[in-house]
Amino acid sequence: MPLSLQEVQRIAELARIGVSDAEARAVQSQLNDIFKLIGRMQKVDTEGIEPMSHGQDLELRLREDIVTERDQREQFLSLAPEREQGLYLVPKVIE
Amino acid sequence: MLNASLKELSAALAQRKISSVELTRLFLERVEKLNGSLNAFITVDAEKSLAQARAADERIAKGATQPLTGIPVAHKDIFVTRSWLTTCGSRILSNFVSPYDAHVIERFNGAGAVILGKTNMDEFAMGSSSETSFYGPVKNPWGQAYVPGGSSGGSAAAVAARMAPAATGTDTGGSIRQPAALSGVSGLKPTYGLVSRYGMIAFASSLDQGGPLAKSAEDLALLLNAMAGFDARDSTSVERVAEDYRRELDKPLAGLRIGVPKEHFGEGLAGDVCRAVEAALEELEKLGAKRVPIGLPNSGLSVPAYYVIAPAEASSNLSRFDGVRYGHRAKEYRDLADMYRRTRAEGFGAEVRRRILIGTYVLSHGYYDAYYLKAQKIRRLIADDFVEAFKRCDVVVGPTSPTVAFKIGAKAADPVQMYLNDIYTIPANLAGLPGMSIPCGFGRDDLPVGLHIVGNYFSEAKMLNVAHQYQKATDWHQREPAGIQP
Repeated sequence: MPLSLQEVQRIAELARIGVSDAEARAVQSQLNDIFKLIGRMQKVDTEGIEPMSHGQDLELRLREDIVTERDQREQFLSLAPEREQGLYLVPKVIE
Repeated sequence: MLNASLKELSAALAQRKISSVELTRLFLERVEKLNGSLNAFITVDAEKSLAQARAADERIAKGATQPLTGIPVAHKDIFVTRSWLTTCGSRILSNFVSPYDAHVIERFNGAGAVILGKTNMDEFAMGSSSETSFYGPVKNPWGQAYVPGGSSGGSAAAVAARMAPAATGTDTGGSIRQPAALSGVSGLKPTYGLVSRYGMIAFASSLDQGGPLAKSAEDLALLLNAMAGFDARDSTSVERVAEDYRRELDKPLAGLRIGVPKEHFGEGLAGDVCRAVEAALEELEKLGAKRVPIGLPNSGLSVPAYYVIAPAEASSNLSRFDGVRYGHRAKEYRDLADMYRRTRAEGFGAEVRRRILIGTYVLSHGYYDAYYLKAQKIRRLIADDFVEAFKRCDVVVGPTSPTVAFKIGAKAADPVQMYLNDIYTIPANLAGLPGMSIPCGFGRDDLPVGLHIVGNYFSEAKMLNVAHQYQKATDWHQREPAGIQP
């Protein structure tokens, strides 16, 4: 089932990417081509197949629950577009 | 010196025939001369490179050297590099100077190698042509109207044009092997987990793997020795005893079983590529290898499954680029949500936005089972095909890419056509297997053809053995593009 223009706009909103109506229309046909390609999967019977979530079936390691990072607060904050008093600044959220 | 192998460069440095400063200058001059036309590098910083070269020369004077000490290496701009601009080919990181080094960069620095510069790439490694970079397309040194392949196209072009003796890349669906093939160089994607992903800007974490690009398999072995190794900061890094990947290079190929998958020689494979690969198979037989017909029956499903899994992981990974902590932030916005929307619309290019949208959709409520879970099951079928195949052969050999390099712009408007470039390389990423591409001849318009070698898990030394023996018997890997006009 092809994606509607409204669905494209809804996905863009979920992804927090602004799209104009013209852009949404342009991307709509490309996405539908891509989903046609992806749709080839649906013909395959995968009943009882164990999903493979990683390049190898690795067991994740555990480590001691201790601090391993050193404090680089100033250095990291200096990369932020806006900062104040040691905090990241964003537009006001709560009135 | 521009054509010398890493072994030769290492010997020349050790014997003081050349200093690291002189060698670094030589390649920096070459970059300066050619980068205007090829656009292989995003950032070059001669002062920083030469400071490292001076330190390497001091180390050589003290005799405390390793094989890569003093050798300049170009790094894909996906590896964060302390005090270097690290853009990942994107506008959203156009102002990002990294506060730390990727594990791969630490390894090369520790070995005394010199950072020659940061190479151009498809934005966030999403592409097969190096055209989606915010910093402009990379040109193929064999013909500047053609793409070099991607996403590690800057690294491949840099090695092909002898602007760098070696380079690093990353491979999520073929991004080392396909540009190596299209640019006529050698490239290796190791087994998933062999090279740490720490500081390698994430695209699809279950598939991403770093690896080297160079002029020969012998050089790749030396580079892999430096790159591979356990790193606790990457949760999927594998703990293994260190190997010398050169150890099997000189073994004869007598008795080697080469699996040839019929699915990789069917519809879609260009005649010129097929002929070159067929000739390479005959050469390997002359060297004592035996051909074993194998099947990879689910191979055709790899592109559809990949275009669910990779965008899904990408949409999650790229949510960190929000204009709050680092990188580009839109100038004007109404509120926080509007800041996110504008920052990400401005900061990401069309292909990256497209893949984020695909990933967001397949992970959204009500679609997860039909897409993501389905793709993960198909991934298992593809991996199982290889398990069966490796019961009967030692390596799987075929074409790296269905065609030689295509013209810049030829597939840019048609994502599906672009995605099908990686049809032979994607299965190894899904299965987590190591794969490599080496030059095996020329096709249409005298453009290079790549031979694809896939090995079993952790069989890099065996694959390098096959590639090295082939390169001892042939000289395709020594050909260099003629008449690059600065």
